[in-house]
Amino acid sequence: MTELPLAERRPSAPSVVRTPVLRVKSLQVSYYTDAGRATALDDVSFSLNAGEKLGMVGESGSGKSTMALAMMRMIKPPGRIEGGQVFVGDVDLIGLDAEGMRNARLSRIAYIPQGAMNSLNPVMRVGAQMMDAVKAHLPNDSRSAVEERCRRSLASVDLAAGVFRMFPHELSGGMKQRVCIAIGILLNPQVIIADEPTSALDVVTQRQVMETIDNVQRQVGAAVILIGHDMGLMAQFVDKVAVMYAGRLVEVSTVREMFTDPKHPYAKALISSLPNLNNKGVFQGIPGLAPSLLRIPSGCAFHPRCASVMDICRSRRPAVVAQDSGRVVACHLFDARG
Amino acid sequence: MSLANLLELRNISKVYTRGLINASSTTALEGFSLTLKEEEPTILTVAGESGSGKTTLAMLLLGFITPTSGQIIYRGKDITTLSGDEKMTFRREVQAVFQDPFAVFNPFYKVDHLLTVPINRFKLARSRAEARDKIEEALTAVGLRPEDIQGRFPHQLSGGQRQRINVARALLLKPRLLIADEPVSMVDASLRANILETLSKLQRDHGVSIIYITHDLTTAFHISKSIVVLYRGAVMEAGDVDTVIKSPQHPYTRLLIDSIPWPNLDQRWGERPIKARETGASSVGCRFHSRCPSAMEICEQRPPLFRLSERQAASCHLYRDNDKLDGERLTEVLPA
Repeated sequence: MTELPLAERRPSAPSVVRTPVLRVKSLQVSYYTDAGRATALDDVSFSLNAGEKLGMVGESGSGKSTMALAMMRMIKPPGRIEGGQVFVGDVDLIGLDAEGMRNARLSRIAYIPQGAMNSLNPVMRVGAQMMDAVKAHLPNDSRSAVEERCRRSLASVDLAAGVFRMFPHELSGGMKQRVCIAIGILLNPQVIIADEPTSALDVVTQRQVMETIDNVQRQVGAAVILIGHDMGLMAQFVDKVAVMYAGRLVEVSTVREMFTDPKHPYAKALISSLPNLNNKGVFQGIPGLAPSLLRIPSGCAFHPRCASVMDICRSRRPAVVAQDSGRVVACHLFDARG
Repeated sequence: MSLANLLELRNISKVYTRGLINASSTTALEGFSLTLKEEEPTILTVAGESGSGKTTLAMLLLGFITPTSGQIIYRGKDITTLSGDEKMTFRREVQAVFQDPFAVFNPFYKVDHLLTVPINRFKLARSRAEARDKIEEALTAVGLRPEDIQGRFPHQLSGGQRQRINVARALLLKPRLLIADEPVSMVDASLRANILETLSKLQRDHGVSIIYITHDLTTAFHISKSIVVLYRGAVMEAGDVDTVIKSPQHPYTRLLIDSIPWPNLDQRWGERPIKARETGASSVGCRFHSRCPSAMEICEQRPPLFRLSERQAASCHLYRDNDKLDGERLTEVLPA
């Protein structure tokens, strides 16, 4: 595999007008708790082209992981998908039956969960776990073909062939994480969702894992959704950034627009809270606390913490408006220009 | 002299041995020396990847484990030989904030428990009212509203709130030294700033010295004055935090700083391919040499610390023309 420096690889050239490989429409998820109904995902829509990388950021509880689980149809009771569609290619995942969805997982859409490295079976060899996954989807393939596929996948995440015969405890955290990525790409999915793939790893390993994801994404041409709250990682890795707040998308912009000219006040606060080498000793957090999903503030959910709050924000919820530039912002400040 | 030292680590090493017949040993920390002055409260960062020995150092400082060799002197006394009363004082004056704000709470108790136990244990208050005042004062100092916190169970609070309660608990005891082991690595970016600010206020306004243990050099840069970079139990580079982060000299520090995902589109990850940690540690010579892009023949020998400037030293043969710095005098390059 030839190593291109990251800087030369981006941005992924949008030379041809492509039809989006992933379209999420009005996705809505609620959790029914004893204290009432919590709306974890409220009317979320976006689309993604093949080869595009989307970063999804927000505080804990903003609905990032719920989004991933809903797309995989892995929401468990008391949670429920209330409505919406998730198209991968032409197939609506929400409309599939259980067997169809089982087949779609891993082959159409793969999910690398948070702390994935702890999800490997400790008493099975890495190779056996990978082969299990392939056999569940391709029962008619010969053993040697399946094994070949697994070994190729391990090689594409830069792991030595010997890893195939190893147990998870023989691997370091970064290696386990790369095994999980290898499993994720076994069947060349069109969409890969990685939920905080590096949150437990140190910086060097983190960079290595992210570069691995970048490489395999290039090889299989999949769209990638990277979920996380590390804006630095987003700046290094993604093409587009989606900011979530209290279960709603508040802004979707290209990574350059997001870092140079964020529109939504919450996105602005996120960007200005970032540390850099020029503002030593300045700690600028976002005042206030993330709202409870059981009691989402009226109007715009961000209004109690917003620096540019207006009267209308308290009563009316801002619509998600596509700006001329193709950016999407949900804020009354930009109503007129929408 | 030694009276004025808050903490003195004299050449401490920690070796973990396992197995009885085919004993194998891992050196988690080797020949580490450090002095913190009593009248100059500072924030010192100890940085490194997992396996660098930074948590071992925290455990040693807190007296949870004893060093294999060397001494830890706290205010003139070796901490392994403290008497009962002295040990209580040590336990009160040296406090810790750990990485995981979720794991340190007992889910069956209200969070008040975490704050009332140390008050009772160390007899910090004469009456309930005084105890309540102290708790409220500590909670307010870390930017929490006492009425939001008291009477709640841990699961009702966010990670950031819980982590700040841990800082409040430490503050309650009026410590002289705080060991903060990755206090913000599990907290949202927006709350990270609040906790770091709380820590730096603790140093500035309450005169607490802080040893900040982390792998995150961005936060280290913002909060600390000096930094020690560890790799596999040995000091790679040390000095003033501005100098070390803005102009790292040791190849390992450069690798670490190259790998920081800066939230800046024009500051990309380094273009040099990196070698993973699993390429193994060198048992002889420089610990980093199997991963080092500038490895030379001489790296088969263990490099001493070389003094690069008044406020920077690196353990690397690239700088063999500079003066050697005895490991025990490491503190000389660390500004207070």
